[in-house]
Amino acid sequence: MKYTWDFAVVRDNFPLLLRGVSVTVELWLVAFALGLALGFAISLARVSRRPSLNALAIGYVEVFRNTPVLVQLIWFYYAFPIMLGAQLTPFVAAALALTLNTSAYCAEIFRGGIVSIARGQWEGAKAIGMTRAMTMRRIVLPQVMKRMLPAFTNRAIELAKVTSLASLLAVNEVMYEGRLLSSTYYRPLEILTVVALIYLVLIYPGSYLSARLERRLAARD
Amino acid sequence: MIENVTTTMSAVAPAVAAGAANTSDVVIRIRNLHKRFGDLHVVKGVDLDVRRGERIAIIGASGSGKSTILRCLNFMELPSEGTIELDGKAIGRQASANGASGERFYSEAELCEIRARVGMVFQQFNLFPHMTVRANVMEGLITVKRIAKHAARERATAQLAKVGLQDKLDAYPAKLSGGQQQRVAIARALAMDPEVLLFDEPTSSLDPELVGEVLRVIRALADEGRTMLLVTHELGFAYHFADRVVFIADGIVHETGTADEVLKHPKRERTQQFLARFVERAL
Repeated sequence: MKYTWDFAVVRDNFPLLLRGVSVTVELWLVAFALGLALGFAISLARVSRRPSLNALAIGYVEVFRNTPVLVQLIWFYYAFPIMLGAQLTPFVAAALALTLNTSAYCAEIFRGGIVSIARGQWEGAKAIGMTRAMTMRRIVLPQVMKRMLPAFTNRAIELAKVTSLASLLAVNEVMYEGRLLSSTYYRPLEILTVVALIYLVLIYPGSYLSARLERRLAARD
Repeated sequence: MIENVTTTMSAVAPAVAAGAANTSDVVIRIRNLHKRFGDLHVVKGVDLDVRRGERIAIIGASGSGKSTILRCLNFMELPSEGTIELDGKAIGRQASANGASGERFYSEAELCEIRARVGMVFQQFNLFPHMTVRANVMEGLITVKRIAKHAARERATAQLAKVGLQDKLDAYPAKLSGGQQQRVAIARALAMDPEVLLFDEPTSSLDPELVGEVLRVIRALADEGRTMLLVTHELGFAYHFADRVVFIADGIVHETGTADEVLKHPKRERTQQFLARFVERAL
């Protein structure tokens, strides 16, 4: 079987792909930033001494971790608006679903970090009159950030790739543009190869920087 | 068995005559203190008055509830029942209006304020490993007392000099010996200028050769007239350190008196047995 690669179609439509890249990046950053913040709040509920908060947080995390992201995306685009009584734009629905999904994973990472700090340090802070919030900010988080960095990096990488599923809701991110071009020009192999390279270029610098930061932090010990 | 031994001198002296003077002298007043962990009743009704400048050693077997009593005084553990007064003011408020249950409500703000006034030194030091020695001591000054950084720095430096660690200001806790770490912990508690200082078995996790340096620091504080309560197994130190020794058994104050009375001439059989075991071990 002989196949002639022809990347002309990619070259001619590159601006379209680039436009998709900017939507991908937007979706990625929004979902990750909000997912981190929300995940932290959920982890606080998770380590709280109130059983009701605890149960709520556990339920939330398990629902989002144990159902497919694809289903969550579709659900937030089609089912959620019925309950809400208002249609969401594809981007908002995708951002919402990915944020909530990521927050569940981030909550577990934060929880793991928080409980890894020995009880004695909480007590040491408590004994000089520090509040729980102060202790979290000044004593616990500065120590666990370093430990959690690899896990958050993984999460960010995973999320970057998962944003491609938003193409199914017609969010015009890079995967969507790629599929559009494929079905227009019948050159899916060339187009998807380039799309894959775009993801690589997008994600790799982040994981490289994170690995360097990790080494720097480790060297400080 | 419910058995309360009144431990105030005022109870011995005529109440009316001595009452007024002694009340103002009392820093901490404990009444009917109970602590339960689930079904486990650890502290079963303790009354104790701590007067200003007094040094009290609390002794007793492991599991007698002595550490729990101490930990209730700065609310590391919340009492299940009973009241603790600091400078004449009862801490927390009654949970039920008619006072039927002895449990009280405590707000975080109030407890933080109390803990800043009642310092504690732990068996395991509990230093912050990501901060230098000096930053450890500065932390409470900055976050709790809201003192300006440069002033906090000076105060921390002075406190550390006092415990003999002026050479270790910028070291991290992991680089220090256990005895040095415990002295940092003492400096950290002292920097807050607490009215009362609690020591929870401060030498129990130290290698024998490091116990002396920590006890010397505690001893020096005693000479300054600080109000201190010390839970310890070092009976020899307790004897020289304490104005008063409190022997705890089964979650109650079993015997109390001067160091001489309790450690040398214990009246009650239980105290005698406890002390006899210690002598056996020392031989």
